[in-house]
Amino acid sequence: MSEPVKVAIIGSGPAGLSAASRAAQLGLSHILLEKTDHLSDTIFKYQKGKRVLATPERLDLRSDCRFAEGAREYILGNWDEDAANNKVQVAYHAEVAEVTGEKGAFAIRTAKGDIFHAENIVLAIGTQGNPNRMRCEGADLPHIIYQVDDPEDFKDKHITVVGSGDAGIENALGVAEEALENTVTILNRSKDFARAKAKNVADMTEAGENGFMSIRTETQPKLVEAGWLTLETPTGEEKIECDVIVARLGSVAPRGFVESMGIEFTGPDREAFPKLSPTFETTVPGLYVIGALAGYPLIKHCMNQGYDVVEFINGNQALTPADEKDLAAIFAGLPQQKSVSEWLDYLRTRIRIFADVSPLQMREFMLDSKVAFYGKGDVVFEKGEPGSSLFAIADGHAVVEVGPDVTVPIEQGSIFGEVGLISGRKRGATIRAGEDAIFVEVSRTAALKLMAAVPGAKRVINRISLERQLLQIFKGGLTVEDLQPIVEDPAIERFPAGKVVLAEGDAGDDVYVIRSGSMVVEKDIGGKPIFLRYLPAGSFFGEMAVLSGAPRNATVKAAVASEVIRLKGEQFKDMLAKRPQVRAATEAAVAERAAMNDFIESRKASYSSAVDLYSDTATFIMKEGLGEATDALLIDENLCVGCDNCEKACADSHEGLSRLDREAGKTFAHLHVPTSCRHCEHPHCMADCPPNVIHRGPDGEVFMEPGCIGCGNCMRNCPYGVIRMEAAPPEKPSLLRWLLTGFGPGPGEPSPKWTKKQLGDEKPKKIAVKCDMCKGISGGPACVRACPTGAAIRVSPEEFLSIARLEEDAG
Amino acid sequence: MASLFKRGRTKATQTERVRERKHEGFLRYAGFRWAKISGGLCLLIIVSYAMVDVTPRHNGGSWYGYTLGTIGAALILWLTALGYRKRKMTSTAWSLKAWTSAHVYLGLSLIVIGTWHTGFQLGWNVHTLAWALMLLVILSGLYGVIVYATLPAALSNNRDEMTQMQMLEAIRAFDRQLHSAAQPLTPADTAPVLAALDEDPFAGGIVARLGGRYPNCATAAALRTLAASLSSDAAAREKVVGLLKQKVAALARLRAHLRLRALLEIWLYVHVPLTFALIAALSAHIISVFFYW
Ligand SMILES: Cc1cc2nc3c(=O)[nH]c(=O)nc-3n(C[C@H](O)[C@H](O)[C@H](O)COP(=O)(O)OP(=O)(O)OC[C@H]3O[C@@H](n4cnc5c(N)ncnc54)[C@H](O)[C@@H]3O)c2cc1C
Ligand code: HEM
Ligand code: SF4
Ligand code: SF4
Ligand code: SF4
Repeated sequence: MSEPVKVAIIGSGPAGLSAASRAAQLGLSHILLEKTDHLSDTIFKYQKGKRVLATPERLDLRSDCRFAEGAREYILGNWDEDAANNKVQVAYHAEVAEVTGEKGAFAIRTAKGDIFHAENIVLAIGTQGNPNRMRCEGADLPHIIYQVDDPEDFKDKHITVVGSGDAGIENALGVAEEALENTVTILNRSKDFARAKAKNVADMTEAGENGFMSIRTETQPKLVEAGWLTLETPTGEEKIECDVIVARLGSVAPRGFVESMGIEFTGPDREAFPKLSPTFETTVPGLYVIGALAGYPLIKHCMNQGYDVVEFINGNQALTPADEKDLAAIFAGLPQQKSVSEWLDYLRTRIRIFADVSPLQMREFMLDSKVAFYGKGDVVFEKGEPGSSLFAIADGHAVVEVGPDVTVPIEQGSIFGEVGLISGRKRGATIRAGEDAIFVEVSRTAALKLMAAVPGAKRVINRISLERQLLQIFKGGLTVEDLQPIVEDPAIERFPAGKVVLAEGDAGDDVYVIRSGSMVVEKDIGGKPIFLRYLPAGSFFGEMAVLSGAPRNATVKAAVASEVIRLKGEQFKDMLAKRPQVRAATEAAVAERAAMNDFIESRKASYSSAVDLYSDTATFIMKEGLGEATDALLIDENLCVGCDNCEKACADSHEGLSRLDREAGKTFAHLHVPTSCRHCEHPHCMADCPPNVIHRGPDGEVFMEPGCIGCGNCMRNCPYGVIRMEAAPPEKPSLLRWLLTGFGPGPGEPSPKWTKKQLGDEKPKKIAVKCDMCKGISGGPACVRACPTGAAIRVSPEEFLSIARLEEDAG
Repeated sequence: MASLFKRGRTKATQTERVRERKHEGFLRYAGFRWAKISGGLCLLIIVSYAMVDVTPRHNGGSWYGYTLGTIGAALILWLTALGYRKRKMTSTAWSLKAWTSAHVYLGLSLIVIGTWHTGFQLGWNVHTLAWALMLLVILSGLYGVIVYATLPAALSNNRDEMTQMQMLEAIRAFDRQLHSAAQPLTPADTAPVLAALDEDPFAGGIVARLGGRYPNCATAAALRTLAASLSSDAAAREKVVGLLKQKVAALARLRAHLRLRALLEIWLYVHVPLTFALIAALSAHIISVFFYW
């Protein structure tokens, strides 16, 4: 048993290390517990030589340890020195397994069985969690590794990769590199590779076909021995040679461990974080959470919090947070003069969605937001503009232009812009300030975080958005009162891609509104499902049956994972009866759709092949995931001469790197979907960007602002493999010089060889590179403009699958 | 506008950026706009040629001839500028498709402009040389348009979603498998297989590349030898023959790919140098006219 310390810090990442250093500097008794044999395991595991970035630049560092942009080795070296100089007490190999007790007398038990006593605990274990371990016999042998730092470390070995998620496949592909001459086997317990990205599966299958690795499905490890591995296969046991096992079985998020200490989270979602006070104290007094685990993934934030939390524990109440001046800057432009905390209180009390937000969370949200004063009549945004941020009204009111000369007010405390937030589609109406007003604009990411972290906010946003979405769809003919029964108890249903919502011939008269995602409508004609229509978010369907009482006359299924609101046929009929305007609008829509169905059916009789082609093309487009695209690059291979001018143009208009790969990708009936960003409705790439630099721009483009730290999360999250991590090549000699003297690499992305020669030993930092739809280039997408034959086009699926196209093809 | 990073955009700046959404090839661009313009131009020239009375007769040196000559020379310079436009990415709105469309149709109109400019006075001199070179450039351009219109679909069918890199990879993979599968064979059977392994898929020269015929293909030779051979273990030979067949198919795909790409490109190696020859001859023609006429 050891002496109780004033503060025990669990986890020696940037957050924990900075906290321990502050404790040491203040002369507090402390202990830093680290499960591995080195400091800061997350950063230790970065790729060798990775440049670690110190974003956000505007934030000052407040820590007893040094940190500035530099190579991983340099930063870790500094920290080791700083820890020694600050006389930090570290216990390595101390994986904390259990925490018991209460403030003043906590007992911390490690996996080895040691017990530490502490008055306060700072939990800074990050979000990496623990890898799932192998469980078969021999699973504790040392040649089982849970991570591949550098594939080059393995040469001429028999390597078995267990686990067929993206991590496993990527590792297998890495070590299967031809020059390494390894014999690689990858094991998958099930038949298919459902958890991995299509691109990875394709690359792996190809490597399998080319003999670079052997892919064993429905196979599991049974017994591990030095040099050998026994497998359990569908046809019995089999023993294979095996020098190294790479186990990539996913990891357990630390949440369960954290909750076991009694710490509450803000909600059940994956995005939720521990509930924290302004001093980082959790719902368990004396237990503090900081760093990535607290929801702050950037190293600088982590380090500042480490410093602050120990100051708080030490009784310093006067400390102003390091972000104070950034917040002050956010409020600086407003007409009234208030202090930062007065402003935060002002917003929290006046805006409904902020009501349940803690002061600490409020600071965080405001850093990702803007507050601005709008004079009466100023336009906030216009109809048809893309945009996904959410606005809240702190003062004054806004007016929505729902129709020509018809406006609807939105009162103080409420929100607007939520349609873009939920569906990712363009703004549905123009909004102006109804009087001099103050609006808060919350970025999409911050708004999603808010919804996950504060259930109250989520409820308010969902309710308002539902109400507005329905009002929008039924074009001003309805009032909020009409919708009361629906929004009180909404029937929101989720459908995975490909799932049928309505089947042709079914009885039923419910009407559905697509809240997010998109649907395809098909009809069985001559025994074959024929594609009729693509329905983007914001459309409704099922209304024909209400009016006619006949069974469903077409099948509707989800093109991508989607959410629909189901309105009872009765409810809908009531609405129609009460509001003749809505009835007229619905009837018009029905007539239009019926006419189109008839058209396709009649064409099917006379131009069967054209209709089949249209339908098959649509199916292909949907299968390629373009159902969630807002703008995709397509290449008509009847016209593409393979000159790659599109790629060259892209590279030459973007720092010398091409953001599309023309040849790669699938093709159907000479329609080719190259590897290039589709600017998804709900961009997967945005999900987990630590510095939050991925945004949707004014033309609908998904782009990265400067500040990428090169972590590669977006690259892994994009299901279409369109993001690459690359460093911009040096400036090329001018085009004229190349044309006249042949000097330089010429148009397009320079060869790696040329770049290398120019740079010498310099290792530039690699950041995420993807198509930005030629943002800021007034002429529009360079790839399309530079195609000499007109093969390349950029379109949205609804434009591409329009009926005009069928008419054109059918002649 | 509704983004975090700017606010209060005014109506004036809200123009949608120029987008090329219509799906039509360069020949049909804008409903054959340039075909119509070019056709009209030719018609105008032919009719006015007949109507205008130039004494003693039509020739390049009359005011009418000078007009056509100036138009023609300017047009040739503009047509040449396509090579620059194609490679110079600027941010303003332009479309290479539109340029190509205009290039093709206006280029064709030069047949009329140039020929009518001569007043049909041809001979063995630098003037006629310029005219002939012009026709050759146009002819090669015509070939280009024909391959652009007909070969892309074949290129697409042949590659079947594979990239050129993947085709090469596939061949290398068969080579690796052949290398180990050939171990048990007798030396007589091994030799042709080794020769096949040494084969460079890019070898064969320009004639083979364009014609798509590779009579000396070592892989095909090895396949013939081994299929006929009776030595070596039958099972081992069978395996090698199977692999050789696959490699022959993979090679055929790659070669067809290279052939189509070469056909799509080779004519530019005629079109462009001839363009420069044409500009040289044209300069000589113009200088001689001003000095000796
Ligand atoms: C590939 C990659 C690149 C990145 N690049 C950057 C960048 O350039 N700039 C930037 O600002 N951010 C970057 N990040 C984010 C940043 O690394 C993390 O957010 C940051 O390290 C989090 O710090 P932390 O102190 O909260 O936790 P961590 O750094 O994750 O540290 C947690 C520590 O706790 C230990 N631990 C865990 N569980 C226990 C336990 N039960 N008992 C004892 N010890 C335990 C771990 O071993 C580890 O040492 C990147 C992230 C990744 C994955
Ligand atoms: C005297 C007349 C002409 C001149 C001087 C001329 C010149 C050129 C030049 C310099 C290029 C650029 C090649 C490159 O840089 O890759 C080019 C391309 C081309 N020309 Fe012509 N040309 C002429 C007439 C024609 C005609 C009549 C046609 C068609 C009927 C034609 C069809 C083409 C085509 C299809 C291209 C390729 C475009 C591309 O792939 O980018 N040209 N021409
Ligand atoms: S990068 Fe990928 S996920 Fe992100 S918008 Fe583009 S296609 Fe979608
Ligand atoms: S739109 Fe622009 S950035 Fe995107 S692929 Fe085309 S050229 Fe590149
Ligand atoms: S520029 Fe057009 S023709 Fe050339 S490779 Fe790209 S899509 Fe094909």
